[in-house]
Amino acid sequence: MSSNRRNLPPVTGHDRYIGTSASRPNAARLTEGRGTYVDDIELPQMVHVAYWRSPAPHARITRIDADFARLMPGVVAVVDGAEMAKVCKPWVATLSHMVGMKSAPQYPLAMGTARWQGEPVVAVVAQTRAQAEDALQYLVVEWEPLPAVVDTETALDATTPVIHPELGDNRCFTRTLDTGGVDEAFARADAVAEITFQFGRHTGVTLEPRCQISDYNPSEKRLTVYHSQQAPHMMQDLYSRQFDLPESQIRVVCKDVGGSFGIKVHAYPDDFATVALSIMLGRPVKFVADRLESFTSDIHARQHRVTGRIAAAKSGDILAFEIDDLTGIGPYSMFPRTSAIEGNQVVNLVGGPYRHQQYRARLNVVFQNKTPTCQYRGVGHPIACAVTEALVDAVANTLETDPLQLRRQNVIPDDAYPCAGISGIKFEGLSHQACLDKITAMMDYPALRREQSELRQRGVFRGIGFAALIELTNPSAAFYGVGGARISAQDGATIRLEPTGAVTVMVGVGEQGQGAEGIFAQIAADAVGVPMSAVRVVTGDTDVTPYGGGTWASRGAGIGGEAVLLAGQALQQNILALAAAILKRDAGTLELVDASIIDATSREAVMALSELGRIAYFRPDTLPPGVAGELMVTRHYAQRDYPFIFTNGVQASLVEVDVDTGFVTLLKHWVVEDCGRVINPMLVDEQMRGAIVQGIGGALYEECLYDDDGLLQNGNMADYLLPMAAEMPDIDVAHIETPTRSSKLGAKGAGEAGTAGAPAAVMNAINDALRPFKASVYSQPITPEKILRALGKV
Amino acid sequence: MKAPAFDYAKPAHLAEAFALLARYGDEAKLLAGGQSLLAALNLRLSEPSLLIDLSCIDALRGITLVGSKLRIGALTTHTAIESSPLVAQHAPLLTLAAPHIAHRAIRNLGTIGGSIAYADPAAEWPTCALALDAAIVVASASGERRVAAADFFQGLYQTDLQPGEIVSAVEVPVRAPHQWCQFSELARRHGDYAIVGLAAVAVRQANTLTQARLVLLGVGAVPLRAHAAEQLIEGKALSPARVDQAVDALRDSITPVADLTSSAETKRHLAGVLLKRILSPVVSGV
Ligand SMILES: Cc1cc2nc3c(=O)[nH]c(=O)nc-3n(C[C@H](O)[C@H](O)[C@H](O)COP(=O)(O)OP(=O)(O)OC[C@H]3O[C@@H](n4cnc5c(N)ncnc54)[C@H](O)[C@@H]3O)c2cc1C
Repeated sequence: MSSNRRNLPPVTGHDRYIGTSASRPNAARLTEGRGTYVDDIELPQMVHVAYWRSPAPHARITRIDADFARLMPGVVAVVDGAEMAKVCKPWVATLSHMVGMKSAPQYPLAMGTARWQGEPVVAVVAQTRAQAEDALQYLVVEWEPLPAVVDTETALDATTPVIHPELGDNRCFTRTLDTGGVDEAFARADAVAEITFQFGRHTGVTLEPRCQISDYNPSEKRLTVYHSQQAPHMMQDLYSRQFDLPESQIRVVCKDVGGSFGIKVHAYPDDFATVALSIMLGRPVKFVADRLESFTSDIHARQHRVTGRIAAAKSGDILAFEIDDLTGIGPYSMFPRTSAIEGNQVVNLVGGPYRHQQYRARLNVVFQNKTPTCQYRGVGHPIACAVTEALVDAVANTLETDPLQLRRQNVIPDDAYPCAGISGIKFEGLSHQACLDKITAMMDYPALRREQSELRQRGVFRGIGFAALIELTNPSAAFYGVGGARISAQDGATIRLEPTGAVTVMVGVGEQGQGAEGIFAQIAADAVGVPMSAVRVVTGDTDVTPYGGGTWASRGAGIGGEAVLLAGQALQQNILALAAAILKRDAGTLELVDASIIDATSREAVMALSELGRIAYFRPDTLPPGVAGELMVTRHYAQRDYPFIFTNGVQASLVEVDVDTGFVTLLKHWVVEDCGRVINPMLVDEQMRGAIVQGIGGALYEECLYDDDGLLQNGNMADYLLPMAAEMPDIDVAHIETPTRSSKLGAKGAGEAGTAGAPAAVMNAINDALRPFKASVYSQPITPEKILRALGKV
Repeated sequence: MKAPAFDYAKPAHLAEAFALLARYGDEAKLLAGGQSLLAALNLRLSEPSLLIDLSCIDALRGITLVGSKLRIGALTTHTAIESSPLVAQHAPLLTLAAPHIAHRAIRNLGTIGGSIAYADPAAEWPTCALALDAAIVVASASGERRVAAADFFQGLYQTDLQPGEIVSAVEVPVRAPHQWCQFSELARRHGDYAIVGLAAVAVRQANTLTQARLVLLGVGAVPLRAHAAEQLIEGKALSPARVDQAVDALRDSITPVADLTSSAETKRHLAGVLLKRILSPVVSGV
């Protein structure tokens, strides 16, 4: 199902591409295998690094003997933490607006003590990666195990060793929020439900692993880094600061990026180590993580234990929510976005769709000796949504009310905006009611309920689960900038008219496979007035594009897209002004449509854009005195009206649970989402589907399983279960469009909402199926064994 | 990770392969479809100095009917077995089991010889071989020998294969009249090695099974015959109560090895569910 874009007035005078499923210009290149990923790049003199990583969760490194390794064929250098620390400064990842947050200095390579299994300790550089790996086998690293902090529940106990003694304890961050009146609300409630949730630590598995080539040229003192990354300017700034290089001497290039999901928006120790090696060796160094090291060195996410309570009145009104969230983030807060954001988001978002008046939340973010965690697609939303929506279902069950009806009764009504949510978050305009109405019709809810009860008689147990959700997109500087992180909240776009009438668009937001360049081309084509085939989009090069934040927090379309729109419209104005001067007419009588300057009244062509280009660039001598064409325009956009622009939506899942085996079959998934103006329905639909599948991964399959000693047991693709196509349901997508007024384009983000809602919808559906047995499962991923245990069968 | 360096040979005849095995001994590894071996090399779990690629040895190919045996050459891919009319006719259990092996791309390359030699306790072919009372044909410079499946699989990834030997074929007794066979397994994602699986072969008359061979995969170090359950059903008219007894007997008789997300308890339970589901249709006699 695709959107009815005619609901909205056009953005430009004549939208031809905005709102259509135009196919993206880079699709052919990527599908024909002609993309340029980092590992495709070969540079003269390039060498390869492999890292010796800590095999233990917590270890004192007592001796490093590289003599044999250095003798191995092809080996160029073996470097340890102390040597590297002479080149690269340590960092501490905290944000000043996360009051009281603490973390310890972190170095590119562990300095004497390794604090998680997978932490890089020694770099071995050789002519090929295979040679570097051969040499790794001859590197002697002696170490003594130190007691590891494994369990978050005991991380703050007095008897638990402190990972960084200088910090005093294992607490990174804590936060409480209390509207007041919570105890009283629970006291007067007719129905109360309390649930303890477990969310498994998992990671975002990208098709292309993290990789990088650092190329330091000592003759120019200039660093070029080819990086599979989401935020090139952020990395430029970080390299500048950690290595004391002027940022103008650093170029970060992100060509094709094979998936990112937030995994590639962080600055990893091995990123700095690879740059340091290039500076030390004066030649290009390539690092490509292999899948095994990805599992222990890419950020993990989502390990939470949440105890939640909900209070409701007999009338069905939700009165209050209360949560206590404990999350473990590894031994360091991750640079530079920090690892406290995820828990902080959980606090901000629980109860978000509803209009209750009381809320209390407590958050503890603790250190542990496991891989560091940080922002991964959805950041906190999947946890907050699962907690909220499971509590809503539980209380609906207690009240014997239909769960969809209870939601309809409690969501903040569509006519109540702008308003604030209970945690203080500000909403500009949401459409919960419209979304609920639409999904009810889409799924034919009453018929499904009838079918469910008929099938139960025959021993077939199906369940229907809902998830209403809000999603934070288009962030202002409130996210990172105000806390002191040098991560751009604004983004820029430059558009240049070429002499033939083609346009080149340079944008700070890049492409990781989601189609961002495609929508930029659509917007630019409409804003300037040229066919999409005449638009070329360039992203991912700090030497070329305007300064920008890159891709994160679902900001690409809403912020990058707006910058493109503003630049395109400004360029069109300049073109028309120049045409007016050439034609000796009033610019107001001219329009630019389909690369042709036309008479606004007669609609007849008066001058081809290519003719204007020819005159402007090759025959400026013929222009009237004082007239010059400004045919390259840059515009910047920062969303400053709200801290974030929230989107909303609702998902529904239909599952069948085999109560003998505990196996779940996903029969169908529906989603109605409101990302404001839909620029490309196909891309939004596919973002939804992909994100839902990733959410299902967390709900049913994905977990980084550690043993009691803190060792990862399933760091490979055979044992770490990703969702696969055969098990996925059909996903129907529909849209409601409530454009944001904070921009001309009106687009909000669409990249993460799918992941936010899917775990809740699927978990609720499973518990709905189990209801006749009075059984429930609140520990994700929901495995067959957990269901069998809930049913008392094992 | 990258595999350590190795030499590579591609003999055209078994004799050459035997000569290479004799020369390199432990240092050589046979390469068939590569679907297990190449991953092991890249993980540096195995560092042979020579790979002997068997793929050009015609003697290891082909599915042929030899008297009362169906001979499946070691290089026969999982896909070839899956789509073979001869297999469907004479060893339908294999046809039932094949789609459960990995994914199409892997089935197109992986071979029955590789699977038998690798002897993963959750692999389908070793389990079916035991259920069908197949013989593993093993070739060496000194000739061929046949090892009953029951004797071939000896432990976790351990077989009766001796140095210098190559699995050349699997010989399956052709289907007897009234042979009844079933295959079922539980994998969280299609194509994964299953949590548990069950291959069942018997002679069926109405609701009575005789000469039943029930073999479980994924519960022990080798494919495991469920003797206790077999004895309970042998020659008896199956009733729901008897099926339940067999399920109980099966559960009592096994001590499954837990995997990462399924405990021994869960596997025991699931093995019983599979047996019940396989036997229940027999009860009705149709
Ligand atoms: C993602 C994935 C999922 C999989 N899922 C399953 C599954 O569900 N079920 C399943 O059964 N298998 C599964 N497999 C394994 C697959 O079936 C392999 O093809 C099979 O196990 C090995 O066969 P091969 O021909 O690829 O052997 P290779 O990988 O070439 O060799 C495997 C081993 O056997 C030895 N060998 C090979 N041929 C011979 C021979 N003729 N004589 C003596 N030794 C020999 C090799 O030296 C090596 O040690 C999976 C594999 C992958 C990658």
